[in-house]
Amino acid sequence: MSPEQKPDSLMTAEGLRFDGRRPDEMRPIQMEVGVLKTADGSASIRQGKTYILAAVYGPRELHPRHLTLNDRAYLRVVYRMATFSVPDRKRPAPSRREREISMVIANALQPALFLEEFPKAVVDVFIQVIQADGGTRCAAINAASLALADAGIPMKSLVPSVAVGKAEGTLIVDLGDEEDKYGQGDVPMAILPNTNELTLLQQDGSFTREELVEAIEMGVNACRYLHELQKDALKRAYSKRATEEDDDEEDEEYDDDLETDLGEADIMEDE
Amino acid sequence: MAVYFQKREVVVPGQLLAEGRYRSSFGTWMDEGGKIYSTLVGLAELRGNTVKVVALEGVYIPREGDLVIGTITIVAGNNWKVDIDSPYLASLHANNALRRPYADDISQYMDIGDVIAAEIIAYDRGTGPFLGMKGRGLRKLTDGMILEISPAKIPRVIGRRGSMINMIKDQTGIQTMVGQNGRIWIRAPTNEILQLAIKAFKMIETQAHTSKLTDRVRQMLEEGMAEIQGKEPPSKDAVDEEEPSEPEPVEESADASTSLEVEEPAKRMEVEAEVEVVEDDAGPVAEEKSEEANETEESDTKDDEEVKEK
Amino acid sequence: MGDFSAEVISHIDRNYIADILSKGERVDGRQFGEYRPLEIEPSPVAAKAEGSAIVRLGGTSVVAGVKVLTGEPYPDTPDEGVVMVTAELAPIASPLFELGPPKEDAIELARVVDRGVRESESVDVHKLCIEPGKKVYMIFCDIYTLEYDGNLIDASSIAANAALLGTKYPEQKLEDGKLVETGKMLELPLKNMAIEHTVSKIGSHLVIDPHLKEEMVQDCRLTMAIDQNDNFTAMQKGGGKGPMSLEMIDNAMGMALESTKEIRELIRESMKDAE
Repeated sequence: MSPEQKPDSLMTAEGLRFDGRRPDEMRPIQMEVGVLKTADGSASIRQGKTYILAAVYGPRELHPRHLTLNDRAYLRVVYRMATFSVPDRKRPAPSRREREISMVIANALQPALFLEEFPKAVVDVFIQVIQADGGTRCAAINAASLALADAGIPMKSLVPSVAVGKAEGTLIVDLGDEEDKYGQGDVPMAILPNTNELTLLQQDGSFTREELVEAIEMGVNACRYLHELQKDALKRAYSKRATEEDDDEEDEEYDDDLETDLGEADIMEDE
Repeated sequence: MAVYFQKREVVVPGQLLAEGRYRSSFGTWMDEGGKIYSTLVGLAELRGNTVKVVALEGVYIPREGDLVIGTITIVAGNNWKVDIDSPYLASLHANNALRRPYADDISQYMDIGDVIAAEIIAYDRGTGPFLGMKGRGLRKLTDGMILEISPAKIPRVIGRRGSMINMIKDQTGIQTMVGQNGRIWIRAPTNEILQLAIKAFKMIETQAHTSKLTDRVRQMLEEGMAEIQGKEPPSKDAVDEEEPSEPEPVEESADASTSLEVEEPAKRMEVEAEVEVVEDDAGPVAEEKSEEANETEESDTKDDEEVKEK
Repeated sequence: MGDFSAEVISHIDRNYIADILSKGERVDGRQFGEYRPLEIEPSPVAAKAEGSAIVRLGGTSVVAGVKVLTGEPYPDTPDEGVVMVTAELAPIASPLFELGPPKEDAIELARVVDRGVRESESVDVHKLCIEPGKKVYMIFCDIYTLEYDGNLIDASSIAANAALLGTKYPEQKLEDGKLVETGKMLELPLKNMAIEHTVSKIGSHLVIDPHLKEEMVQDCRLTMAIDQNDNFTAMQKGGGKGPMSLEMIDNAMGMALESTKEIRELIRESMKDAE
């Protein structure tokens, strides 16, 4: 709100960060699935003070047509920051930074998606940063991958993402705004949790080779934790009613054959 | 050999479901090591040694034989382009909808903005989908309303062998056609009943993955109808009077379970609509074709019954 | 938004909505003069924006954020600050919104909401002056649509008013040609509050706060800004080419007047909670 103050030091004498976190400690994170009713899939994430909404539309018809891919769906990611999401008012028109981040996010998500199931169509991922307090591209990937799952887009796995940075020689996970601005570097990454392979890797600042390897290891660990949060958010959204409704039922035996009902059409296809 | 999910478990993309000699099916993928993961949010299921995930969300992907409800958006030559709320605009050729000969300008039969019940007659990833309107009950829909719900929930709306939809019709007396693309056509005697029916469909949509849903929906409808009828004591007559011109078929729904066509969910919705197939003079009908459709339908049905008897 | 002449509206939807209105009912069970449930979430962007609010009007939701900047006044109004409202129809909010530069719809939305705020002189721009001719406060209120289920104008107007009402910013003064903070926090000098109310004409019927389906079949809409003294401070007929009689316009004004007080109170109440 008021112009940001540069903290005197990003690390305390006790080895803690200026906001009191340990070097490998994430900020408080809340993810929620299905927050926008107009979208086919949606999710929100609050990571520290960063607040982001992601919506997925599609697969749907692609306009303009010249973008059409004959063997798979086109993944179109649009990352936008609200003018009021940053300390100074951002100009309303999309910036080069926003365009680059959109592309980077698409590249991070794409390896997880089975886009070949929908040739010629488009899957639109719209990301709106409501409040930016560091790590928006990573938080956006966390939310976007939930929104894709919520839209029923088939995927290998969810894609968790986090940034690791360096402040006064110490590697730190999940940078806040000040650490991002005044720290010594930033390594945002995203992984496929099944294999721990990276789908996003960027770096700026100055790191030794050993530091980078360690930073990536720290990031992968943090991503594994984020992945648990993602799974939890998704299961929560989909199981909520099930548990609410079943409170009064001891249903080892239930006459209403749910799987048969829902599965019937697909089984016919299988055979 | 191991299975890592419980019956009726909500699984998420990337979740390990099984490894060993299991077969990967809809909603799953297998890695090089033979591990099977989910690709969707859905309900994991094991049938024999086949692992699949029943989707709880997702757009409508056309399948041959599906009944869909679409809106005409373009008339081009002898084709109508039809929005069926899927990633692909569907085509309906006049030959598949009209009796020949027909006029050059096909917009006089059906025009932009018209809503139709049609069947997917062909679709694969390269082409289509193509629609046909020569099956039973396939026609232009001119009254009533269209409710849109998630297509993934449609099987639940229909229920096993039509159990859910028949129950709803019994309780409310509405007429309805359920498109596999998530669009439900409803004609109700009064707005109150319509709102109650909509509430029932929405309830199914939001609670599709819960058990004993039919019972809960029935209970909700019973209470709702009692309230409606309680409010206006002579409501039974009133309902009848609303619809003097429809000699229609509550009884069809009533004993649907004994009727021949009801077995296959995707098709069974056509049952009550057949009464008025030839609705306007340009009524898109052709006998031969509809016969054919019928036969396949019935043979499916028989297979199904045989299985049941075993 | 509101003019769907380029979209294909199904005949069934059109007939169904008309039919139900002729029976004196609305598709979602509301009275003709009844708004959908209104919820205001105060200050969702508290860490970065000087004021903010998320408004949910039925299935429509928008977020508004206020930035208070400083700058030079316009030469012709050297002792007045600047207030500007913008709005965006982001594709996140609806399958009907497309990517790309703002279309007429978005521009109309922004201008109508902007006029509602400015014509009522909600903000006392003279009190936004730091040093005449040199420095003034510039108030930007930017609105993003999150979910579009009809009647964006009213939702946006409510969000803008709520965000402005909750705005707090550090006082600044000019010292040796430089701006310095005095350490005091200010609220915006609000002397009025005008809310937009939109009434749709569908056939011979008028309904307030149209949802998407009603908007899609409307002949036109009339949007009216009403200030806290029940005066009309701005109007816009749009959302279609249908004409409107004086009698209808008069009726629409009556419907708007009936709702305006309650909404204004809800805004005040909700932003009080922000403390």
